[in-house]
Amino acid sequence: METIVEIIPASDSSLLVVFGNTISPAIHRHVITLFHALQSRHDPRIRNLHPGYASLLVDFDPLRLTHDELSAVVRQLALAADPPPATDASVVSIPVCYDIEFGPDLLDVATHTGLSLDEVVRQHFSPTYLVYFLGFSPGFVYLGGLPQVLYTPRLPTPRPSINAGSVGIAGSQTGIYPVDSPGGWRLIGRTPVRMFDPEAKPPTRLQPGDKMRFSPIDRARFEEMQHLAEAGLT
Amino acid sequence: MTIRVAKPGLFTTVQDLGRYGYAHLGISSGGAADPLSFRIANLLVGNRQNAPALEMTLLGATLEFEESAVVALAGADCECKTGSAEDLANTGFEVPAGAVLQCGNITGGVRCYLAVQGGLEVPLVMGSASTFIPGHFGGFNGRRLQSGDILQVRQHGSLPVRSLRPGSLDSTRTPRPLRVTKGPQQDWFEVDAFARLFSTPYIVSEQSDRTGLRLKGAAVRPRDNSELLSDGIPLGAIQVPQDGQPIILFVDQQTTGGYPKIANVIAADVHRVGQLRPRDEVRFVEVSVAEALQALAEQERWLREVFVA
Repeated sequence: METIVEIIPASDSSLLVVFGNTISPAIHRHVITLFHALQSRHDPRIRNLHPGYASLLVDFDPLRLTHDELSAVVRQLALAADPPPATDASVVSIPVCYDIEFGPDLLDVATHTGLSLDEVVRQHFSPTYLVYFLGFSPGFVYLGGLPQVLYTPRLPTPRPSINAGSVGIAGSQTGIYPVDSPGGWRLIGRTPVRMFDPEAKPPTRLQPGDKMRFSPIDRARFEEMQHLAEAGLT
Repeated sequence: MTIRVAKPGLFTTVQDLGRYGYAHLGISSGGAADPLSFRIANLLVGNRQNAPALEMTLLGATLEFEESAVVALAGADCECKTGSAEDLANTGFEVPAGAVLQCGNITGGVRCYLAVQGGLEVPLVMGSASTFIPGHFGGFNGRRLQSGDILQVRQHGSLPVRSLRPGSLDSTRTPRPLRVTKGPQQDWFEVDAFARLFSTPYIVSEQSDRTGLRLKGAAVRPRDNSELLSDGIPLGAIQVPQDGQPIILFVDQQTTGGYPKIANVIAADVHRVGQLRPRDEVRFVEVSVAEALQALAEQERWLREVFVA
């Protein structure tokens, strides 16, 4: 099934395969299908694959592969592979403690949305989210599916330092800070799970195309899980 | 054999030629900011081109050698003393046991590479020895070097020390515009944006590092304010936020982003980006993808022919 809108050289060493210009799970399935098809070839001439909302950037070694050769491979794969049905992916559960200490912006989100604290939390953990892609920092997931009632603008001034595991909201997006970093998202909770571990295989808890849910845990469970994570037992 | 870091310099990290295959997890390729000089340093001491070595920035490190070692410097010029009076540039040279190698100010660029025969021994993380500062992993304990750190050198057999042909680096050092190909979102910009990009100088701002170089100069605003859907970013992409001031995304960059990309530095000129200093003037010139690939092939040929035993 031909689904590619265009294939553009993004640089002398990369090709951008575009499937559309909207954020939709249907278009994204084509991105992920091509991503998996290319990944499974283990072609040493292909160096990196960058899925986006509606495109896949393929970075390659231009001394060993040309744009034209790669375009032909991509077109052939796109014709051959139909994306699997939407229900295929299993759902990864990420525990989150929505304690006010971990979610210093919970009150702001409640004020902005006009919801109670409990309702903010319930709205956040209710949906199943789609991992569109990762970026910004190692393991940082861009999730689709935040309920519109929770949309809240990011902080006017980013925090210089945010703890790894912090869960935040920025506009229509929600996500998890995988490593200590600066950031401007409104923080509403924290996961004890290590979202990024450079020694683990794979090094990130979530992959592009995964489905995920946030599951609420209390403070005691958070601390128990954090101890286990620190001991390398999760 | 070990090397003790007496003084780390301003910003010294262990690097190799990068970490590939993890961009979909948000992990950029990283590696030496001036890969050409990095490879030269390794080749001078007879190492494989990807052997882990030090990337020193603006001010070099002071290193104490437990045993004698053969080392080489490449990249920007570095005042360097071992106590002997030999010419240390453009060749591998021996540091005697117990000697202190003092690397001082780095001039004529930003980064100088120090390769040690055998290569540095650090654990590979995701297949690479490069330090990835934003993720706190790789290289030496995931961070820049500090005083007192002990670096391990790999055991090795006999390796050929090489020298560069005299004057062979002149061509890489002549100032000239950075060559770029047009970017994947070229339609997002008016024709006169390209005219400005290719005819006026830009200044490298102080807010520049291995993740990216922010430039100041004639604004090249995208013609429409609608946001681009975030997509993948190639190494050397020139992205333009709303203010029209270009940013060259560099080795430790984000793997995805939402700003339109007007152009992309060609692979053969990435090493020049790695030597740009804050306040340097940069000019851009457009080349075709075919010309970019030809330049890369020529650079590879040059690198094969530039050494003498």
